[in-house]
Amino acid sequence: MKAIETLDLTKRFGSLTAVDKVSLQVDQGEIFGLLGPNGAGKSTFISMLCTILKPSQGTAKVEGYDINSEASNVRRSIGIVFQDPSIDDKLTGMENMELHADLYDVPRDLMHSRIEEVLQLVELEDRASNFVNTYSGGMRRRLEIARSLIHYPKVLFLDEPTIGLDPQSRDHIWNYIKDLKKRENITIILTTHYMEEADKLCDRIAIIDRSRIIALDTPQNLKSELEGETIIIESSDNDLLSRKLTEVKLADTILKTNNELNLCVENAHTALARIVELAVSLGIHIDNITIREPDLNDVFMHFTGREIRDGGGTKALSGMGAAMRRRIK
Amino acid sequence: MISSVITPILWLVIFGGGLGLSISAATGLNYTQFLLPGIIAQTLLFTAIFLGISVIWDRQFGFMKEILVAPISRVSIFAGKMFGVGTAAIIQGIIVIILGYLIGVPLSLYAVSMAVPLMIIITIGLTCIGLVIASLMTSLESFGTIVTFVNMPMFFLSGALFPVTNLPAWIRWTFYINPLTYGVDALRGVMISGWQTLLPLEYDILIICAFDVVMVVIGTYLFSKRQ
Repeated sequence: MKAIETLDLTKRFGSLTAVDKVSLQVDQGEIFGLLGPNGAGKSTFISMLCTILKPSQGTAKVEGYDINSEASNVRRSIGIVFQDPSIDDKLTGMENMELHADLYDVPRDLMHSRIEEVLQLVELEDRASNFVNTYSGGMRRRLEIARSLIHYPKVLFLDEPTIGLDPQSRDHIWNYIKDLKKRENITIILTTHYMEEADKLCDRIAIIDRSRIIALDTPQNLKSELEGETIIIESSDNDLLSRKLTEVKLADTILKTNNELNLCVENAHTALARIVELAVSLGIHIDNITIREPDLNDVFMHFTGREIRDGGGTKALSGMGAAMRRRIK
Repeated sequence: MISSVITPILWLVIFGGGLGLSISAATGLNYTQFLLPGIIAQTLLFTAIFLGISVIWDRQFGFMKEILVAPISRVSIFAGKMFGVGTAAIIQGIIVIILGYLIGVPLSLYAVSMAVPLMIIITIGLTCIGLVIASLMTSLESFGTIVTFVNMPMFFLSGALFPVTNLPAWIRWTFYINPLTYGVDALRGVMISGWQTLLPLEYDILIICAFDVVMVVIGTYLFSKRQ
């Protein structure tokens, strides 16, 4: 049995198609990443699998249960950490945990040993009696992860688990996720728009862009699909240089970002000299050249022609909105 | 908490005291004594309906999602909300009784012990009104607007401030279709000795309970549908 199976799963909101005929399978015990820019449809996809949204079309099974006809069995099998905070900050950490355990019918006599166990996992046992509104962002996130584990879910959904966290908390959470997989043999579905996160954690990655899956493979395979290296150039006239480079077919794909050119070439070391020659002959001054191995960002650009960082700004804003709302309360 | 004490005091002392001087003569009753059950009903009404807002809060702060994704039925979520909001409203109502006692309204222990169960059945239906509105609204602002629109007519057309029986017939029917009228009437029936209720007390209670049932059904249905 697969942990997740979807067939033509589709969600439309009016004329907008948020998820467009997504079919995929996730094995049990796998860490599966959904990678894509904000608004690509990742959260909508997860919401359908968690039975919060009803699909407009298509079906899906979670741990063998149909999300439409066996919703309550699906809910019992999953744990979820939402993108936005979903913890009651007027309660203590422990109270939040007890409430969750009650909601999921964790037997009373097991409840406290389980809570202790998951709190230890996220190193929050000494803060459990404090109110959640005294927690930092990273601690809240960790508490939410702990909470989602109390009822021993078979599939754990993590929707942007490290968004808005400082690098240190992010590292922490990455380690928990890796540990968790080793200890519990749990299936983890993770959405993210951080390339690094997907690269470090996931066994397989589906790249989602504009409501569709455009690539699905292991991080290594996705990267090797690029077959080559990436050269990054800063020059005095990027437009002219990129035009001429395409004309003489020095690079397969060229992507212009703010003030850089991203070139994908087979062999950077041989290409480099010719690029510089070309630039000199055109009278273009090159400020900086870097060569590096392709990463998932390049993979994303390769498939979409865009950088994944597009739209990162709006996310930061909505995070601020959430913080403001909290304060009003 | 402070406002929950101050608002009823303003009504009872300022409104009741001021207007009472000119009304007491007409009804032969102490106006504040007449007013107290009305203000209790008002407090239940405002608190119960206003706290429907907690549904919108929970939704906006994301907490509702955690509840919705749990393996529990929508009906029990609605019931939980109803009892939570209802409890808060009843506590507010009891505070008003205590205030009434403190400012000298004559109250027997019997009156209070009868009033509290009545308050509970009155509150159930009112709570559902708030939860229904909250289920249909998406923002805090629109909730506030609609609530005022429902609260004020229900309050003014309930006989909380003046007796219904002396009103001209053309406006009297608006009181009779208001379920809160029977709540206020029943409360007066048990809290003021010798008070002549509009309908026999059992009928008042029957109407209130019928309203509760209808509202619980509508509320549960809409809440499950909309979340």
